[in-house]
Amino acid sequence: MKSTRASVRRELRIARPAADIWTIVGDPARIHEWFPGVTACDVSGDTRVITTGSGIPMPEQLLTIDPLQHRFQYRITAPLFKEHLGTIDVIGLDDGTSLVVYSTDADPATMALVIGGAMGQALFRLRDLLEGTAPHCSPHTQAPDGR
Amino acid sequence: MGRKILFVTTDQQRYDTLGCNGGTIARTPVVDALAADGIRYERAHPQSVVCMPSRSTMLTGQHPSTHGVWMNGVPLPVDAPSVADVLHQAGYRTALIGKAHFQPYLDPFLRFEENAMSRDGIPTGRTHRGFEHLESATHGPAGPVHYAQWLAREHPEAIGGFYQVLDGSLQVNGEGGGATGAPQVKVNPIDRSWYHTDWVADRTIRWLDSLAADDDWFCWMSFPDPHHPWDPPQSEVGRVDWHDVPLPAGYPQRADDRERIIGDKPRHWRLWYEGELVTNYEAPARWVPASLTPDQLREVLARDAVECELIDEAVGRVLAAIDRRGWSDDVDIIFTTDHGELGGDFGLLFKGPYHVDALMRLPLVWRPARSALLSPEAPAAPVAPLAGPSVVTKPVGLVDLAPTFCAIAGVDAPPWMQGQPLPVTDADADARGFERVLTEWDSAIFGIDVHLRTMMRDHHLCTVYRPGTCHDGTEGELYDLDEDPLQQVNLWDDPARQALRDDLVADLEDHQPPVRSPQLLLEAPA
Repeated sequence: MKSTRASVRRELRIARPAADIWTIVGDPARIHEWFPGVTACDVSGDTRVITTGSGIPMPEQLLTIDPLQHRFQYRITAPLFKEHLGTIDVIGLDDGTSLVVYSTDADPATMALVIGGAMGQALFRLRDLLEGTAPHCSPHTQAPDGR
Repeated sequence: MGRKILFVTTDQQRYDTLGCNGGTIARTPVVDALAADGIRYERAHPQSVVCMPSRSTMLTGQHPSTHGVWMNGVPLPVDAPSVADVLHQAGYRTALIGKAHFQPYLDPFLRFEENAMSRDGIPTGRTHRGFEHLESATHGPAGPVHYAQWLAREHPEAIGGFYQVLDGSLQVNGEGGGATGAPQVKVNPIDRSWYHTDWVADRTIRWLDSLAADDDWFCWMSFPDPHHPWDPPQSEVGRVDWHDVPLPAGYPQRADDRERIIGDKPRHWRLWYEGELVTNYEAPARWVPASLTPDQLREVLARDAVECELIDEAVGRVLAAIDRRGWSDDVDIIFTTDHGELGGDFGLLFKGPYHVDALMRLPLVWRPARSALLSPEAPAAPVAPLAGPSVVTKPVGLVDLAPTFCAIAGVDAPPWMQGQPLPVTDADADARGFERVLTEWDSAIFGIDVHLRTMMRDHHLCTVYRPGTCHDGTEGELYDLDEDPLQQVNLWDDPARQALRDDLVADLEDHQPPVRSPQLLLEAPA
């Protein structure tokens, strides 16, 4: 806790080939379709400005959009962050499914966890969007028996 | 027309801050009178010593392992079981006014429903967790809560007077203030009537006044104080002169005594005391407990007492409003808190994975409706009168609150509730098996994890440690509460207590609640 930076990772398996997932993840203008609490985004060159549900505009620098490795990286440049790096890797598996790994490294550490919590929910939304089914019973949803 | 329920909670209030529990600093005549007219519990424990899991237990009637909110920052699912929903289905009008904290507050995306409702309100025709009315508040002017919005709209000049809860790194602030430089203390020039304690009471009265005379209602009035920061309205601080505050019995005044006592406990105690390791987000990351001076402790306790007095007076105002409506004889009033405060015990402040009375022995008072006739054999059932005020010494838990509300309302407790209606006497407790109470701690944040399981039974407090960053799973704590009420002598490794320890540990493990699966995810620090 004495360090002011932290690294948070979330991952989820999605039943779609990596190329299909990349059509969404690799398009910086589609972030509001699957990241919770992002109500709008505007992309201009290597700059993206997202607007959060509380109305805060958050500028980002797009660092890596690699369609071969299926890697997307960006940096939040808002003054609240001393340091930030967000990385999304889409890793194709042999059975036609993919593992999506979303990581955030940030200073202050608290923001790594705030972003990290949201990106975990984002992966569930991405899965629902791609698999075209009703929302899954994610860890955020109550189990049917009330437990 | 049935019995109405006023459920009053505070945040982080110690057992010994009430006059009826032997407290001598704060004057709490209103709650003391409720105790004198009802039932006072001497061994009420939370099932978690931090806010979100404990509040989720109050709402669901389940242990943290089962409802799944295993640490602060883990949101309770919006469709989790709720006693408010049970009561609403039974025809009760329902409201939660004040601190909810079932979901994280650090939410710039405003993706959690309760935070969004501070902006948008509860959608028309719906309830939220069974509450038809929700007005939220927390410890200051920040955060996605109704109080912060009200203050910004009505009295923006007052915002800067509050203590800044988070520092520049968004960690819990350790900066000192007041006369002694005590952590989380600040002179706050705010007008008393604008402070959140009075705001919660005002909003409660307004909601009660909106009800029809024959409505049955369940109102959870949830005060954010006396949780730190200790920044009550400066106009009220003179009520308690910190110079006159005695140092608590649990505060060893010699540093070597503190170090010896803490050194006898599992190692995360000493590591935190010396500022080497902060295992949880709730404690200031850059404050070293060993630096706490006696005068700083006095000032903290004085301000804490002022906040308790303001709450007591606010409760009195609400009770007067209830009386004006002619409901006094028909209202059950339950007063408690979500967890305690270290308050100088062992030289520590705030809270964390430290399962001792400072954090676990809670104020709990139940003043049954006078119109109800209580029977020890059939608690909360209108059978026979309870003969005068009662003191229950047997262990009970906050997990027992939800089924108590159901019993008051005359509805069956759903099978997902894990407690049972509170006993009204010790004989009632014995008859219904109130033998033990469980508390759990799990945290895993920024690469540090800590896991405790605790049971209070037969006047003993027993804690086992699961493997974690600081522990290999063999550590534990065992205290004889009769011989050692301050929990300063850890008997875990005492060969003479081996059989007792083994018995308590086996019993503790046998009674662990079902574990929710899959585990809910940590979404934010708090």
